[in-house]
Amino acid sequence: MTATKRLGKQTVKLQYPPSIIATAAIVGKKEGEGPLCSYFDQILDDVLWGEKTWEKAESKILRETIIKAVTKAQKTLTDIQYIFAGDLLNQCSGSNFGVRELEIPFFGLYGACSTMAEGLSLAAMTVDGGFADYVIAATSSHFCSAEKQFRFPLEYGGQRPLTAQWTVTGSGAVVLAAEGSGPYVTHITTGKIVDLGIKDANNMGAAMAPSAADTIYTHFEDTGFTPDTYDLIITGDLAQVGKDITEELLQKRGCDISKQFTDCGLKIFDNKKQDTHAGGSGCGCSASVLAGYLYKELTQGHLNKILFLSTGALMSPTTSQQGESIPGIAHAVTIQNTLE
Amino acid sequence: MNLEFLKAFIVGGLICAIGQVLIDKTKLTPARILVIFVTSGVILTAIGLYEPIVKFGGAGATIPLTGFGYSLAKGAMKGVEESGLLGAFTGGISGTAGGIAGAVLFGYLIALIFSPKAK
Amino acid sequence: MEQNFTQKEYQKYVQKKSPNSPIIKNVIMAFVIGGLICVVGQIISNYFKSRGLSTEDVAGATAISMIFLGALLTGLDIYDGLAKYAGAGTIVPITGFANAIVSPAMEFKSEGYVLGMGAKMFVIAGPVLVYGITASVVVGIIFFLVGN
Repeated sequence: MTATKRLGKQTVKLQYPPSIIATAAIVGKKEGEGPLCSYFDQILDDVLWGEKTWEKAESKILRETIIKAVTKAQKTLTDIQYIFAGDLLNQCSGSNFGVRELEIPFFGLYGACSTMAEGLSLAAMTVDGGFADYVIAATSSHFCSAEKQFRFPLEYGGQRPLTAQWTVTGSGAVVLAAEGSGPYVTHITTGKIVDLGIKDANNMGAAMAPSAADTIYTHFEDTGFTPDTYDLIITGDLAQVGKDITEELLQKRGCDISKQFTDCGLKIFDNKKQDTHAGGSGCGCSASVLAGYLYKELTQGHLNKILFLSTGALMSPTTSQQGESIPGIAHAVTIQNTLE
Repeated sequence: MNLEFLKAFIVGGLICAIGQVLIDKTKLTPARILVIFVTSGVILTAIGLYEPIVKFGGAGATIPLTGFGYSLAKGAMKGVEESGLLGAFTGGISGTAGGIAGAVLFGYLIALIFSPKAK
Repeated sequence: MEQNFTQKEYQKYVQKKSPNSPIIKNVIMAFVIGGLICVVGQIISNYFKSRGLSTEDVAGATAISMIFLGALLTGLDIYDGLAKYAGAGTIVPITGFANAIVSPAMEFKSEGYVLGMGAKMFVIAGPVLVYGITASVVVGIIFFLVGN
């Protein structure tokens, strides 16, 4: 066995932890009216952003977010050796078109709402492996393009159940570098698909909760960490229903994370005031919360060590119509200010 | 006159309330509910149960989609009376032709003029 | 993790943990708004009746008018806001049928006027025509057979 960086079943411990040297987040109007508004780099008044279609607008948001992150890192686009990006649209078209003009080697990813942690994991491994000095991980989602593809037309008069989530319009990008002064990506626990047979696409939190619990539990098993190792354990977009279930599932296995646990989907919106029902979702949810809120809290020292998990509900409109259940996945990444 | 409106309100309201119970209790998608309503309208009319509701509720029974089924079934039965088996095919659509053509035309025009707004 | 729950047990557990829709409030709202839409229909119907239209023409003209109103309110971005509170109260009346036609047509205009707008127009409302017309033809045929 030569894979010396592996820990346990699903975790790797990076030997040369890359540093997050800059992040950027651009979000839509509704997100800009939420509790995290002061943490974002730019808030769009018009979510079409001068484009003709929602899809074009989403690609533009991703592209501009990436450019902003590179600028904030005081680098140029030519310094970036890889982009790992993904979104919710068919064939990852949001990212494909978003990075089209950037002329940077590109890995397109689909992990639904788990894509930010997936991209961050791969980007960090790429730097740790000595394959690149500067890498970007970024994702985007757009409420309008996601509704169009997965649910109903915007003007259709339907009622959203209380378990439904609200797709975040926004994008987050992080620049990873081989050299830097932190925060560092140190551990990566890659999730496996867990599917307990939930079919209701209006209750994605419940579909993803078992995978989130599984990844968190495995992470502690593999690393020997405990919940108290972390200042914060934050999942991607389980929202209210999924967060409660995850907490209970872990409690049943004797793992109490209630003190440190929160969820990006609950952070980004004020569910009561903004009528977002269970909370936010979408690739852009955990991405903009990480790139906006979490990164600033880390660099300002309010947080020192966090476990960041993005969670994904891996269904498609076709599989839902065929009566398939929703496969869930969750990827975890440890981000900390100092190296032991 | 006022009683007529009250009847329309109550009958129409009740039919919609049944739809709401189906949505909240069964997790049926709206498209399925619409199909159930129009088909029930056709069947109830065929067995003679919907006509009395229309007599009583007026627009309260004809405006909900069950009323669309009512017009379809009534048209088909009338078609059979007038022109035999062929009427079974032509009657339903004849009876609802205005509504269907209106839906296509207005659907097209409105979609041409307006665009969806971000939420 | 999965060993804790069978799929059935988990689904039951999720049902318990998930907040239910406020059904009583929803049903009342559906009743009131659905009822009011029918009253509007009655007003329009009475108007056509007073103009001397036959019973069948009144029904047709009323349906066309209500469909126009539903389509227009959809285009003006009003219908979906009403529907958030009314639920079935705005889905079940024929105005909801118009909403189901206009909303995808507007949405998919970006994919062109033929395969976008033209084709997607009936993506939600199409089944209503398929099942409604099929049922009516079946009823007609049975009526024909029984009658003879």
